Amino acid sequence: MKLLAELRAQGRGQDMEAVLAQIPYARFLGIQVDRKGNEITTIMPFKPELVGNVHLPALHGGAIGAFLEMTAVIQLLFDTSCERLPKTIDVSIDYLRSGRPQPTFGRAIVTRHGRRVANVRSEIWQEERGKPIGVSHGHYLLAPLTAD
Amino acid sequence: METPEDPLMSIPHARAIGMQLIQHDAAGCVVRVPYADHLVGDPDTGVVHGGVLTALLDNACGIAVRPADSQTAISMATLDLRIDYLGAAVPHQDILAHAVCYKRTRHIAFVRATAYQSTVDDPIATCVASFMLGTANEARAAGA
Repeated sequence: MKLLAELRAQGRGQDMEAVLAQIPYARFLGIQVDRKGNEITTIMPFKPELVGNVHLPALHGGAIGAFLEMTAVIQLLFDTSCERLPKTIDVSIDYLRSGRPQPTFGRAIVTRHGRRVANVRSEIWQEERGKPIGVSHGHYLLAPLTAD
Repeated sequence: METPEDPLMSIPHARAIGMQLIQHDAAGCVVRVPYADHLVGDPDTGVVHGGVLTALLDNACGIAVRPADSQTAISMATLDLRIDYLGAAVPHQDILAHAVCYKRTRHIAFVRATAYQSTVDDPIATCVASFMLGTANEARAAGA
């Protein structure tokens, strides 16, 4: 992403809000980032477009999955100096609780950072950090595949 | 065959993404997402965000759980979803997902799905998911 290289050049490589502002789908979901020192938390405020079940109501599994993935990618960009968006290779999502019409928070850990591939675990929750509504584990490609 | 009323219209997130149910029979279901600017994940290339595929595959799998000839709604919750992203979606082209429920037990349904653009033989993502059936579908009591 051109912007990533520009931000790095300006010494704002860790300005994740600026990165999110450039990604249309992140703007559509309304994702924000709260940074405290070297720790970041992603936030997805509730809005009606995120609902998947109007009877409960509950957040759509796709919105939960997208937020988990966005949380992982933001953490990867924050931790590393890559100048292009990592490509998701695969992701495995566990849905633990239904998402209520409330803000959702996310944290991710880069469990392994290789030269080409990173492993990232994400966790998202609502009222209580100890009661996650979803967790995911994914692999991300950091360098372009030469054979692609 | 025309769907009298697209059930996806009653799902706000599916509607916001633009999902359309275009086929649902004994062989499974096909859901389409037309290309739209707000779905883009990489502004340099215009490639749709992986999260759109997650939402599409999750929803297509959920529809496939319900038999096409069934009149009764099934309440369900996604237990897990695993997606392999095989390649980037070509910008400005629709994305389709074909989902098949290959096993349905009393409590659990197992589904697989493929996302593609031109033909199902050239997939951009594949997924397997399991769903818990007969989950509560009533509004929670306040404070519950």
